[in-house]
Amino acid sequence: MNKQTRQAVEINENIFSETIEQVPIRNGFGTGLVEAGTKDSRIVGLCADLTESTRMEEFAKKFPERFIEVGITEQNLASVASGMAAMGKIPFMSSYAAFSPGRNWEQIRTTICYNDVPVKIAGSHAGISVGPDGGTHQALEDIALMRVLPNMDVIVPCDAIEAHKATLAIAQTKTPSYIRLAREKSPVVTNQNTPFEIGKAQIVFRSEGDIMDVGIVACGVLVYQAIRAAKELDEQGIKVTVLNMATIKPLDTQALNILIQETGALVTAEEHQVAGGLGSAIAEYTSSTRPVPIEFVGIKDSYGQSGKPNELLDLYGLNQNTIEQAVYTLLSRK
Amino acid sequence: MGNISDAQVKKLQLHANEIRQSIIEMLVEAGSGHTAGPLGMTDIFTYLYFYGLKHDAQKPDWKERDRLILSNGHICPVLYATLAHAGYFEKAELRTLRKLGSRLQGHPHREFMPFLETSSGPLGSGLSQAIGMALANRIDEGQTTSKYFYCLLGDGELQEGQNWEAILLGGKEKLHNVIAIVDRNNIQIDGYTEDVMPMNPLVDKWEAFNWHVQEIDGHNFEAIDTAIAKAKTTFGKPSVIIAHTIPGKGVTEFERLPIWHGKPPNKEEGARALAELRTLQGQIQSEHE
Repeated sequence: MNKQTRQAVEINENIFSETIEQVPIRNGFGTGLVEAGTKDSRIVGLCADLTESTRMEEFAKKFPERFIEVGITEQNLASVASGMAAMGKIPFMSSYAAFSPGRNWEQIRTTICYNDVPVKIAGSHAGISVGPDGGTHQALEDIALMRVLPNMDVIVPCDAIEAHKATLAIAQTKTPSYIRLAREKSPVVTNQNTPFEIGKAQIVFRSEGDIMDVGIVACGVLVYQAIRAAKELDEQGIKVTVLNMATIKPLDTQALNILIQETGALVTAEEHQVAGGLGSAIAEYTSSTRPVPIEFVGIKDSYGQSGKPNELLDLYGLNQNTIEQAVYTLLSRK
Repeated sequence: MGNISDAQVKKLQLHANEIRQSIIEMLVEAGSGHTAGPLGMTDIFTYLYFYGLKHDAQKPDWKERDRLILSNGHICPVLYATLAHAGYFEKAELRTLRKLGSRLQGHPHREFMPFLETSSGPLGSGLSQAIGMALANRIDEGQTTSKYFYCLLGDGELQEGQNWEAILLGGKEKLHNVIAIVDRNNIQIDGYTEDVMPMNPLVDKWEAFNWHVQEIDGHNFEAIDTAIAKAKTTFGKPSVIIAHTIPGKGVTEFERLPIWHGKPPNKEEGARALAELRTLQGQIQSEHE
């Protein structure tokens, strides 16, 4: 195996600093949309009464003639976007993930995916880290809802910088896309040089040497937790590779293949139900090619609740500690 | 206000009769599908595709064309039959309705038939799409556009909440070139609409959402023509035409019965229907007798 391909990519040099920069992932969508919209006049924005919190406000201010406010009508939102796409626009629609795709899943299915039009869906405030608003607003099912739709790409950026790049990338595809965003500020894992490509997982941590004990595949805010866990484990002599699997669909099966071959055991980590998300997608693939033991870090079939984001991540076991525990369990199963 | 001549009306009546025959034939062949809605809406489809709509069967991608969205996609037999008679494809293809590999899917799918403006079937999303199209067009062409965006809807369909989200948006955006047409045939699957889920007063509802509303006899070509002309010259509001139709119109045996909403005629029923249509209800002789 070529040593070059098995190196970690460049990430934030302050990754292990206690004062690491923290920015909400949704901010990257906001800046990315403005940049994409400046470059391509076909891009239009649509929102259901949540422009400030989904960060579409800057786009709306800069391009008022290209922005449609539909009010609190998420089903309408999806189908209006579909109609605009039919006339050659590239529509970006935003709301909270609990409502879009939560409430308008069928409209996304029929008017966007079945029609195969380039509508880009931003599901903001996804995951438990929404915080005090509580369980009704904490979407834990949206990755599952979107990945079961043919023609839909599903992207879960790990930080604001990646969200910016992902927004620019999906603006260029002719296919429906879903981008998952978080409300609360989270550590900036990557930097401007970190590569991003739809459908490509990136190695963000790798122990020294060619022998690996375990692979951790994470998305979203848990990528940071996975890297911290990996460093801890590495210091204990456990060899770890961490993949940032920002694209859930299409799955980077090539990167998975190599990881499975090297490690023979995986931990998956996501701010989402274990049922139907990143872990499920990976298990579907490994079971049908090269079955390996998998430990799933995610929400274990419950709803969220009110609390501070970090309290909730700890309570529901979505943190560095749980990932480490999962690795110990995994190694005992291997 | 409209200017359609008697001669043109007669032509449309003949086209409509031909289209009704095609609908019966294709439903008998398919063995499944919807009868009452397609027959009831035949006159409006005929008016649009043979007179009112700006379109070109030889250039289905023509950028300047009017757009027509069929929101209640289950009545697609009338859409397909009208498109065939208008020259978009061979009439022989109509007998492939609902069969494996057919371009004429049970509910319209644009991937199979690119000159459809959209796919449809699940009710309530067409008006949102028509409004989205009109909004996109307004960004490019402003108020001086010559395009019209038609959305055909069922009356039972209006029970879906999403319609009212779209109607709110249409009223807000004052889209003068959006024309909705409601097939007010008073039936749906479980019976008469006013028993299942009463929609009246329907005119008042649309007016309350700031639309320009007209009510017409959906089988009278002069009335259709006048209403469309009025809609086109109404600015500051989108327009809706509530077209009162007889479900199953044209075949006496089928008219006004909810049972014909969702089933096709069998061979014998189809034969009787065709005899009635071909002889203009016994007024002329048909070559088929």
